Parts: sequence; C-alpha cells; structure tokens
Amino acid sequence: METLAFMRDNAQTILFLTGQHVSIVGLAVGLAIITGVPIGIAITQNKKAADIVLYIAAIVMTIPSIALFGMLIPVLSLIGQGIGYLPAMIAVLLYSQLPIIRNTYTAINNVDPALREAARGMGMTALERLWKVELPIAVPVIMAGVRVAVVINIGVTAIATYIGAGGLGSLISRGISQTDSRQLVAGALCVSLLAIAADYVLLWIQRQLTPAGLRA
Amino acid sequence: MTKEAGAAIAIGRLSKIALPVRGFVILSAIGVAVAAAYAMGLLKDIIRRWDDITFLSVQHMELAAISGGMAVVVGVLLGIALSRKRFRAFAEAVMQALNIGTTIPTLAVLALSMSILGIGAPPAIFALWLMTLLPIVRNTYIGLLEVPAHLIEAATGMGMKPAEILWRVELPNALYVIFAGIRTAVTVNVGTVPLAFLIGGGGLGELIFTGIDLSEPGMMLAGAIPTAILAVITDFVIALVTRAVVPRGVMPET
Amino acid sequence: MIKLEDLTKTFGSVIAADRINMEVPEGEICILLGPSGCGKTTTLKMVNRLIEKTSGKILVGGRDTDNMDPVEVRRGMGYVIQQIGLFPNMTVEENICVVPRLLKWDDAKAKRRAAELLELVALDPSVFLKRFPRELSGGQQQRVGVARALAADPPVMIMDEPFGAIDPINREIIQDEFLRMQKTLRKTILFVSHDIDEAVKMGDKIAIFRAGKLEQYDTPDTILAHPANSFIADFVGADRTLKRLRLVTVAEAQNGAVGTVSLTDDLSRAYAILREGHLDTIVVLDPQGLPVGWVHAEDAVGIGPVSSRMRPLPATIRTDADLRTAVAMMFTHDVTWLTCINADGRFGGCITQAGITRRLGDTYRSRSASAPMPQGAVA
Repeated sequence: METLAFMRDNAQTILFLTGQHVSIVGLAVGLAIITGVPIGIAITQNKKAADIVLYIAAIVMTIPSIALFGMLIPVLSLIGQGIGYLPAMIAVLLYSQLPIIRNTYTAINNVDPALREAARGMGMTALERLWKVELPIAVPVIMAGVRVAVVINIGVTAIATYIGAGGLGSLISRGISQTDSRQLVAGALCVSLLAIAADYVLLWIQRQLTPAGLRA
Repeated sequence: MTKEAGAAIAIGRLSKIALPVRGFVILSAIGVAVAAAYAMGLLKDIIRRWDDITFLSVQHMELAAISGGMAVVVGVLLGIALSRKRFRAFAEAVMQALNIGTTIPTLAVLALSMSILGIGAPPAIFALWLMTLLPIVRNTYIGLLEVPAHLIEAATGMGMKPAEILWRVELPNALYVIFAGIRTAVTVNVGTVPLAFLIGGGGLGELIFTGIDLSEPGMMLAGAIPTAILAVITDFVIALVTRAVVPRGVMPET
Repeated sequence: MIKLEDLTKTFGSVIAADRINMEVPEGEICILLGPSGCGKTTTLKMVNRLIEKTSGKILVGGRDTDNMDPVEVRRGMGYVIQQIGLFPNMTVEENICVVPRLLKWDDAKAKRRAAELLELVALDPSVFLKRFPRELSGGQQQRVGVARALAADPPVMIMDEPFGAIDPINREIIQDEFLRMQKTLRKTILFVSHDIDEAVKMGDKIAIFRAGKLEQYDTPDTILAHPANSFIADFVGADRTLKRLRLVTVAEAQNGAVGTVSLTDDLSRAYAILREGHLDTIVVLDPQGLPVGWVHAEDAVGIGPVSSRMRPLPATIRTDADLRTAVAMMFTHDVTWLTCINADGRFGGCITQAGITRRLGDTYRSRSASAPMPQGAVA
C-alpha cells in the first residue's frame, strides 16, 4: 500500500526513469539490430567465419555484467566517458549481439534448401532470394532474438544505475542506500513489469511479423 | 528472461568447441584486460589489494557455493518431481510461472529479497538461490520430458519399475540438458554475486562498487577481473564435470 | 503357450479390442495384422500389460497373468518395438544386459550372454559390444534390439512392427536372419505388422484384425486361399494367389515322373526311357550326378552318345527355393519346366508350370467337395 502511494506520488519521476531505461535499451538494441542482422546474414556464407563470430559473441555473453562495466570504465575514462550513458549503451550493445546474430544466422541457414532451390529455379538472383524468400521466413526468428536481447538488457540496464546511467535501477539503488523499502519495492516492481511487458509486447510483434502461412 | 537464459544458448554453442581452446581464449581475453590495466598503470594498484582480493574471493565463492549448491539440489529434485506423471497436470502452469520469473531482472529479485528479509548475507543468498533455481528446474524438467517416449516404453516393456526407469533411462539421457542448465545458472550466479554486496552480502562486489563510488579504477578492476576469472573457472569446472558424468552415448557429437 | 480369452479393451466408448479369442502354440510366430487402428497393437500390449485390459483373460504358459505382477510378466517376455528403443546412454553390451541385470544374473554370465547374442544376430562382438547405439546403422541397431529382447532367453517374444523402420533391402535380410534364428530358438512370438507380405513370410499363423475384432486366424496359406470375407480378400490383395507362391517350396510342387540318362549312355537308352515313360524330355547327368543338359524326345533318334544331341539347361533351381523364385525363373528363360538340384548340387527332379498350378489348386479342389469355391478353381 505504502509502495503504491509512493508510486502515485512520484509518478512523474518514475515515468522519467522508465523513459531513460527504455531509451538506453531501445537505442542500444536498435543499434544491435542494425549491426547484428547484417553480420548474421554475412556469416551464412562461410562456416568458419560463422563459428568464430558466434564464438566471440558467446564469450562476451559469459562476462558478468558488473565486471564488464568495471572493465569498460577505465577504458572509456580515457575519452572522459567512464560513467554514465555510454558504458551502459556499449554493454547492452555487446550483450545483444549474440542472440541477434545467432538467431539471424540459424534462421537463414534453416530455410529449407528446397525453397532456395525453387527460388533459384524461378530465376531469382541471390539478393532477390534474400529479400523475398529468406528474410521473410527468418524475420520471426530474428525478432525472437531481439526479444531475448531486450529482456536481458532491461536487467543489465537496471544494474547500470551504479555507473551513473540512471534508469529504474536508481529507485532500487536509492532504496537500498536510504533503506527506504517503498522506493526499493517500487523500483523492483517497475523494472520487473517493464521486462515482462516488453517480453509480451515483443512476442506479440513477433507473431504479427510471422507470415500467416508459417503461424503455428 | 535474464542473462542466464541467453547465456544458456551461448553455452550450447560454446560447448561445441574443445574445452582447452575455450578456456585459453577466455583467459587470454582477461589477460588483455590485465595488460590494459598495466598499460594504464593500474596493475600495481590491483596487486596492492591482494589480501582484500583473496579474502573477498573466498567470501564470494562461499556465497556462490551455498546459493548455487542449494539451487542445484532443490532445482533438480523439483524438476524431477514436475516431470512425474501425477504432477504433469500443473507442470505446464508452473513452467509458465518460471518463465515469467526468469524475466524479472536480478537486481529486482535482490531488492525484493531485501525488502522481505532485510540486509546481510541471508537475503543475498536467498535471492541468488532463487534466480539460480529457476533455470535448473526448467532444464531438468525439459530434459526429462524430452527423453523419447519409446525409450520409456521399451524400458517398461522390459520389466523396469518406475524408479529403475528414472535412474537408468530417464536421468542418464536427460543429464546433458540438466548439466547445461546447471552450468549456465551457476556460472551466472558466480558473476552475479557482486550484487550481493549492495544489500550487505559481501564478496568481490565490495571492491567493484566501492571502486566506482570512489572513482578508483584500480580498486574496481581488483574486483571485476577476479569476478570474471572465477566465473570462467566455474564454467570450466562444471564443463569438466559434465564430461565426466554424462554418458558418452548422450553427449552431443562434436 | 499364449491364450487369449474374450480379451476386451475399451477406451471410453471406443472398443479397441472386442472379445479376442486366440491361442498361439509354443514355438510359433503369430502375426497380428490389420490396418492402423484395428486393435492389433492394443491386443499385443495387453499381453505384456503395457495396456491394462478391460476384461477377459490372458494365459501365458498356462498361468493367468492376472495373478502375476506386471513387472514379472514383462521380464519373462522379450519386447521389440519399431523405434528399437536402445538406450543411448548405454553401450550395446549394457543394453543387452539390462534384463539379465534386472533378474540379478551374475555379471560375468550376463556379459558372456551379450557376446553370444551378438554372434547370433550376426554382429562381431569384438567390434560392437562397446559401441554406443548412435554409432550403429539402423539395421545394426535393430539386430541389437532383437538381441536385447532375447537376453534372458524368455520363452515368449512380443514384437511391435520390429522391422518397420528399416529400409526394404535390409528388412529382407534381417527377416531372413530372424527366421533362421527362430528355427533353433523356437520362441513363441506375437508379432504386429501392417504388411501382408511380411506376415506371409514370417508367420506360422496370421490373425487379421478389423475395428477391434479378430476377423480370421489361420495359416497364411489358408488366409490367402480362403479369405473369410470380402474385407480380408481386399486386405490381402487381388494378387493373393501369387503371394501363396512364397509359401510353397519347389520340392512340394514337384510331380510326375522324370527320366534321366548318364552323359556316357547311348541315345538308344534315352529313347527307351522316353518311350516307356511317355515323356517328352530327359535330363542328362554327369558321372557325379550333376545335371548337365537335356534331350528332347524328337532328338533321341539315331546312333551315338546322348551328348551328341544334348541341349544345355537354361537354368536350374534348388528344391528348397520357393515357387515365386521358380516362376520368376521360368518367365525369365521362357520355359515351362525347370531342372531342380538339391542342396549338394545333385539332380533333384523337375518342376513344371502345370505342377505349380496343380499344387496351388489343391486347396480349392479338396474344399469343392463340400463347398464349391467359384473363384480361381482349377478343374
């Protein structure tokens, strides 16, 4: 009850922090899509390159987020950006690569070879095949990767409050330092709801992007 | 889905690459970080804190071992229970709940744990236990569910009792999937322990967060680098255990 | 050995098996045959109690299985399924030793048994014992599946489309091997199939099911020659008489006298035999008794050795071959008769198209005395 009262009284702040949170995740994942999807498509051409790229992306994934922040800070301080938005964005961008690249790669690789053969038989060029056959079939799978990336990074961004990136995590951090359980719980609830909501919204979009003929 | 879910997928790929090679690559990545620290004159700063590092590392691993160990035991048992016929009816509902549970960010779990249990190690261990538990339950359940029905039929037809089928057919064949879950969940656990410091749980987080607060990169790296190393070692050790425990006929071919 | 009495299974309002009565004598293979959903698999799985019956009785070796623990019933029966179901976590050896170990056999004895069984199914134990199932081909896996079912030497085998997942060529080979094994093992076998050709080949008896009912239970030859109703006639196919060719050996269809002469005999001797037996042809044998040629009655005139007028034999067939092979050979060489040889290569009589027709028609003639059979009857 107290928590709800707190949330009502501070709706303005919460909305602002949510906006900050969403903008970090949105911008970084957006960038990750722009970089990850072309990489995922490119590596379908070469098995060895694919192995290496996916391998590196997987290694990045196993680095604990707080350790990654820690390692980014001294490097970015060289350009005076040690704390704040930038390290958070870079971390999110890096963590998003694996799900997006991997899903793009597997989706395109898994397109039925008979379909590709048929498309080639109809006289489509490689680019036409990519646009008209492979990508439409792959888009839902790529979206699933984006969904994973977004949900993961809402959590990562919450932690990024400790390197001064703001966002909903700051409710939690302030709640902890001031032992204010209203703020603490409000922050936890908001960031959880944001993650769950993002999961559902992106799932809905994923379904909408699935061609009718491929829907289960 | 928290980071471990994504990492679970990562492990799927990673485990296809020979272990020594992986360990080498990851450790050399950390080596690069150390070299960078040296280049920036931070290495001395880090070594100066050697006593803190060892003390906090032990504490760190204690937190991870207690929360992770309990999560493995409880998670595997829960997963087995959910996969039994008499619980199948609500197992799917439980899985749905677990899926939502894994979506909740770790920091939020930690905060909620603190709001209920206060500060100190117990709430930190509880939160770490909970977020490690979920993927283990899920992988155990899915692993057991994916054991082909005809294997169970063959076992039944040969006169095995349900407990014999569980021990000799279901668990051995699900072991790889179960261990994949344990591996990611526990590795992520080790990487997440620093957050425990925020609610007074101790561990290497002390160096990291204090280092950030005081703008002392050396101190922060003294926490961050060992954290990453411990996570890598944990991952490596569990991979070795997986090799030793999972029957060869069940391991995915490399 | 296996006796089903009024065996019934209902799933809700669906009757999957409706008062099945049948008995499988010891040492015979009984094929449960029918289209999918006919109740054959349900019936099979009630025998090893993977499906519990609704009513009726199942007696195995004279014992009512109701009075036994399901686990005990199953450990006394070998079970083979279409998906094979080898446990991927166990080696071939461990797979075969599963039931012996459940029965608390001594470890050394179980391992000896595993090696022995691999030999039996034509797999080299030194190569295969320590392999894992995924390192075997489909055919090899199915052989191990059969070996595993035989491990504790159960008197009864329950087989659910055991060779269904194997490619046609390997299926034939494994079927032949299995029949050869069965000659010495004499297991009592219940065997589900949906393939009439497999049923005719493998079965001592065939039980045909439709919609939960046992429609006909008899020997393959009787079912093919005298299908009990139009459903069975359709199911076994319009070419059912051709399928019967498979069931009869050349030796069984030989009839009529055959003359032989030795390679060194004079033509006059051949002429005498031909005239005495009212024969058209005579087979020429070498001193070892192997057939080397034949002489037509028209040519058996004049003087000199038979070899001077002898024509070559287009082909020979073994007396233990089936009639299908014989007929195929006749068509291939455009002849109406063939010289037969025994297993040792020596002359073993002749077989003629007329003889085959007669043999296949026997069943209709013997019945036509009591009930006239309109179709295909040979006068």
